[in-house]
Amino acid sequence: MSFWRRLIHSSAFYPIACITVLALLSLPVRYFFVDGYLDQGPYLYQILILTGINIILAVSLTLINGIAGQFSIGHAGFFATGAYVSAFITVTLGPHWHRWFSSATPVSSWLSDSGLLLFGTLGAALATALAGLLVGIPSLRLRGDYLAIVTLGFGEIIRVLILNIDAVGGARGFVGIPKLSTFFWVFFFVITTISTVYNVLHSSYGRAFLAIREDEIAAQAMGVDLTRHKVMAFVISSIFAGVAGSLFAHHTMYLHPNTFTFIKSFEIIIMITIGGLGSIEGAVLGAILLTILPEAFRGFDSFRMVIYALVLILIMIYRPQGILGRFTLWNKRRRKAP
Amino acid sequence: MNELKLSNVTREFGGLVAVQKLDLQVGQGELFGLIGPNGAGKTTVFNLITGVYSPTHGSIEYSQKSIAGLAPHQIAACGIARTFQNIRLFAGLSVLDNVKLAMHQKRKQRLPSVLFRSSSFKQEEQQLEASALRLLEIFGLENLCHENAGNLPYGSQRRLEIARALATQPKLLLLDEPAAGMNPQESLELMKLIKGLRDEFKLGILLVEHNMRVVMGVCERIQVIVHGETIAMGRPEEIRRNIKVIEAYLGKDS
Repeated sequence: MSFWRRLIHSSAFYPIACITVLALLSLPVRYFFVDGYLDQGPYLYQILILTGINIILAVSLTLINGIAGQFSIGHAGFFATGAYVSAFITVTLGPHWHRWFSSATPVSSWLSDSGLLLFGTLGAALATALAGLLVGIPSLRLRGDYLAIVTLGFGEIIRVLILNIDAVGGARGFVGIPKLSTFFWVFFFVITTISTVYNVLHSSYGRAFLAIREDEIAAQAMGVDLTRHKVMAFVISSIFAGVAGSLFAHHTMYLHPNTFTFIKSFEIIIMITIGGLGSIEGAVLGAILLTILPEAFRGFDSFRMVIYALVLILIMIYRPQGILGRFTLWNKRRRKAP
Repeated sequence: MNELKLSNVTREFGGLVAVQKLDLQVGQGELFGLIGPNGAGKTTVFNLITGVYSPTHGSIEYSQKSIAGLAPHQIAACGIARTFQNIRLFAGLSVLDNVKLAMHQKRKQRLPSVLFRSSSFKQEEQQLEASALRLLEIFGLENLCHENAGNLPYGSQRRLEIARALATQPKLLLLDEPAAGMNPQESLELMKLIKGLRDEFKLGILLVEHNMRVVMGVCERIQVIVHGETIAMGRPEEIRRNIKVIEAYLGKDS
């Protein structure tokens, strides 16, 4: 094998290539969008970041709803947990952090900010993993509508809890969160989420999830441990919802419990349903569409949400399986006939 | 000895006694038939052995180890695999994935190697795919391996179910009415297949079947149950002449 082919086939190739491209992109993004070289730069940047966060949410929910077939409508709960936990960490730790890690030069300040963001995100991931474990366990006994109600309840419990915790602002909202989310980190985690879910899907774990979706009794008879795999799907998925929450908190710099109502959960469900339930590509497409459409329709003024709703209804009528259905982009190559 | 032994097994559903004081023994590499009229409790026996239900009384042992009350996936791990009376394939998945999935419990891959697509992970996936294809070849399904399982014709779905059960590398295979809905030609082929499987994989096979030609043609020993109770046991020719069995199937005055 030539050097190039070996390079492309090595496991480290894709991650390193992605990070390099991201790093190269992040400078022009900063110049054109953040610093406002383009007219609408900051506005477009806002949409770009929110698209990234929504992709993380949608792809992670696909693992539970689309791949493992457990209908959960509590994703906003995990999102909120992640956002508040990481914001609490960075707000309390922030002042000390910058004393420990100097931020005199641009490079060291980037490193110190990124370190703080990653630290907060790690905390968010741990907290939401625990929350995923807690919700995953009742899901063993419940199916379909019943599970949906339990997860809905979980999401609301989280919201009401936050509403009553004064340390994170309660009903006033959580202010003073440092701006740490950058284009680089948001899309770094977008890539991490997609590749994690993709790799899990194309392994024996993923096949077990699919089997649970298709037929639980047959899956068990083939040796699939339902308990383990259902909890696992919930934990992996909720970890990434927590990561998305952390990025969201450090992008908007302000959190309010009203952002995390069950309507947010439904928004994510609509994304994955429109894109194609069970397809990672579909989740990405759905997230992009549902973030951009409401903005693109701003020209319609007060009819904006009506047209948005109409588009969703039309998609569901003409394409009930979602835009992409269960389409997978990279599968053909792996499946050469023997 | 990989031997299945049910002794004195009773299963009640509320007031209904589906299986009563049943004794059943399937030796290693034996072709054993379990027959009886509709509602005799045959499928309940299957569900008891595979852990879908646990017995109300009595013990179920496999290789001298009690398996009563274990979860279905634990029983599958002991080396007992089954097919279902009403086909339960993973209809939305490809034929190949159906079989690969069943090789699940022999996997060595762990989450870290999956996440980073380590070379050991890739190697294992290739091995899985190769052995899945080899298995599908035995059943003549290798050309359909990328088809959705739900789109297969009925007879192929039945064969795929058996292939999927074999992919778990069982020592004992439970077939729940494999010939249901098959025409005479297909059931003849099925008989050959079942015998061939036993010889090739050294399996014990427990067969529940309504098609008497298949049962009599394949099984070495047959047990007849009616209302959850054993009424006869023996070689096919003995069963065929047994008065009680004839009565149970055709009524008293015939």
